[in-house]
Amino acid sequence: MLEIRDLSAGVDGKEILKGLNLSVQAGEVHAIMGPNGSGKSTLAQVLAGRGEYAVTSGTVTFNGVSLLELKPEERARAGIFLAFQYPVEIPGVNSTVFLKAAFNECRKARGETELDAVEFLALVKKKTNLLELDPALLSRAVNEGFSGGEKKRNEIFQMAVLEPKLAILDETDSGLDIDALKIVSRGVNKLRRPDNATLVITHYQRLLNYIVPDHVHVLVHGRIVKSGGKELALELEQRGYDWILEGAAANGKP
Amino acid sequence: MMDTLTQTDREPATAPFLAGELGPGPAWLQSLREQARTRLGEIGFPTTEQEEWRFTNMAPLRQWPLHAAEAGARQVGPADIEPFRLAGNGYCLVFVDGRFRPELSTLPGPGAALRAGNLRAQWDGDGRELQPHLARYADEKANFFTALNTASFEDGAFVSVPAKAVVEQPVQLLYLAASERPGAAVHARNLIVAHQGSSVKIIETYASLTSAPHLTNAVTELALGLEARVEHCKLQNENERAFHIAAVQAAQSRNSHWLSHSIATGARLARNQIQTWLVEEGAEAILNGLYLARGEQLIDHHTVVDHAQPRCESHEFYYGIMAGRSHGVFNGKIFVRQDAQKTNAKQTNRNLVLSEQALINTKPQLEIFADDVKCTHGATVGQLNDEALFYLRSRGIGAGLARRMLIRAFANDAVERITLAPVRAQLEQLLTEWFESLDTSLSSHDR
Ligand SMILES: Nc1ncnc2c1ncn2[C@@H]1O[C@H](COP(=O)(O)OP(=O)(O)OP(=O)(O)O)[C@@H](O)[C@H]1O
Ligand SMILES: [Mg+2]
Repeated sequence: MLEIRDLSAGVDGKEILKGLNLSVQAGEVHAIMGPNGSGKSTLAQVLAGRGEYAVTSGTVTFNGVSLLELKPEERARAGIFLAFQYPVEIPGVNSTVFLKAAFNECRKARGETELDAVEFLALVKKKTNLLELDPALLSRAVNEGFSGGEKKRNEIFQMAVLEPKLAILDETDSGLDIDALKIVSRGVNKLRRPDNATLVITHYQRLLNYIVPDHVHVLVHGRIVKSGGKELALELEQRGYDWILEGAAANGKP
Repeated sequence: MMDTLTQTDREPATAPFLAGELGPGPAWLQSLREQARTRLGEIGFPTTEQEEWRFTNMAPLRQWPLHAAEAGARQVGPADIEPFRLAGNGYCLVFVDGRFRPELSTLPGPGAALRAGNLRAQWDGDGRELQPHLARYADEKANFFTALNTASFEDGAFVSVPAKAVVEQPVQLLYLAASERPGAAVHARNLIVAHQGSSVKIIETYASLTSAPHLTNAVTELALGLEARVEHCKLQNENERAFHIAAVQAAQSRNSHWLSHSIATGARLARNQIQTWLVEEGAEAILNGLYLARGEQLIDHHTVVDHAQPRCESHEFYYGIMAGRSHGVFNGKIFVRQDAQKTNAKQTNRNLVLSEQALINTKPQLEIFADDVKCTHGATVGQLNDEALFYLRSRGIGAGLARRMLIRAFANDAVERITLAPVRAQLEQLLTEWFESLDTSLSSHDR
């Protein structure tokens, strides 16, 4: 489904991703872990099409199309969804109006008919139930004045509405209380299907107890230096990253 | 813009026009006009050397073949009026090229809760109701165009709301420029008197039916009696070759409440003076404004809130959106006089600049002579938030729509403050059209 080859990207001439490789198949959950500043969010933003990051080399293929040629909205319509580490507040833009526009633009792009207000509200109701999201939030401006946890939950709620093929969750667990973490994880699991995939960026093994990954990767200094099964996350939890950094250095990698 | 204005047309018409030919009326009015004409000479035609006109160059006006707008240059019927009507079941006073058109207007009958008609009918009568108010509030001492208006105006609207009358349906003053001949000028003059405890909503619309350059020089005076409540919404959407100059001056008695909106989207050059004078204790004013400029437009707001007495409140919110090579000017003056203790005055001016060539000059001016007061002001100038734009696009919303949503969001608070639903609806439509006109010029950096 997603094939990242030798991806390098940076900002203002500073290289952040340095030849990253990753391959994700439909139906899989991949976790990406790594120290602060290693480039995890950058990878997520580059995949979503954030213009500030310049891709200097490499290719990304998503279901057969070259992702890097597409505008952010085209990627979204093709089924990429990024749950932001820091969702932005957008005063003056109503949450429901925004989400309906997004939803219908995606449907239109896929040649499906748009939902009218009544149909859309029914869908929204179903998904707010799934994520136990307070519907009152949706009458407010996008993320404006939302608590940290509400913002994160709102991201997953949007994902539930848009039903992407590839969801990239950038530290969705940070800021969620224990109960919220369970609810959100349950929501993510419910949305799993054989034809979609999830990329989970996290610092904590705890999330991976709920959203169980098929593969765990360690991202250090802009590249993936170690991959393994879900037990790798446990090992990282116990040992930290030093042993990997040393190993990477011993292998002659930066 | 000047290409349609030929050399031969120029001097003969322009000079006397700007010299303040006296308009009609009885002796008391004539003496006001004489005074105003004297002031014209003292003030002189504004130049950019003067602080008040630093960014707004009126000099091109002197090159225009200005002439008093002629009657009946173009047939105007109900169908022409319809798109501008916003008063619903309320009243609408129509002026075409400055001339009152009762047959196109919807006027209150004898039993109605308020009186509304043209000024001329008043001064042709005993003029008793005009005399205490007309030309008593507008600032002629400093403003050339206000003095010019007083000397010259031929007619305008008069609205009088009796004590305790609460009028739900709005009254619209609709000024349409219909002349095809370049340089037609109108001095529009309006007087609104809301007596003690009354409540009224006024919509003042300025628009063009042709694309010929024309001049509007409007002055509106509002007198708010004890505890009176007035919502006043000025909508200016004249053609983009017009010059529009306007002064709105309120005088507020004790515990009165004035909600003022200035929505300015039209004209090549627009200068709005929106001013209130808080003459007695406990008066409150809310000044709300939205200006949208594109192309070569210049839209200038000079506001004055004059706190003369204790315990008055003023809240001012002006929002500007500048595209193309346009120029916005905002100057917000707040006076707090020595007696005006416990004043609470707030001023906010926010600007969204959509192109690198667009320009905004914003300046707060606070002159505070009392010590126990709360005054705050703030001005911002910014661009569309890239992060927000990316967020919307990352959900599948196209760049054009995402941008429009954010621009619309910027204007949101200004729109929401208007309580008149038909005005909001028209504004919504106007915003949509405005955004569509921008789309092509904005879509260059879509990656
Ligand atoms: N727009 C930017 N401008 C300058 N530097 C940036 C920018 N974006 C990212 N960086 C830098 O690139 C590096 C990688 O940042 P990134 O946000 O991808 O890290 P991360 O792995 O997500 O870290 P964390 O675990 O703290 O979220 C950091 O050193 C960061 O400061
Ligand atoms: Mg990060």
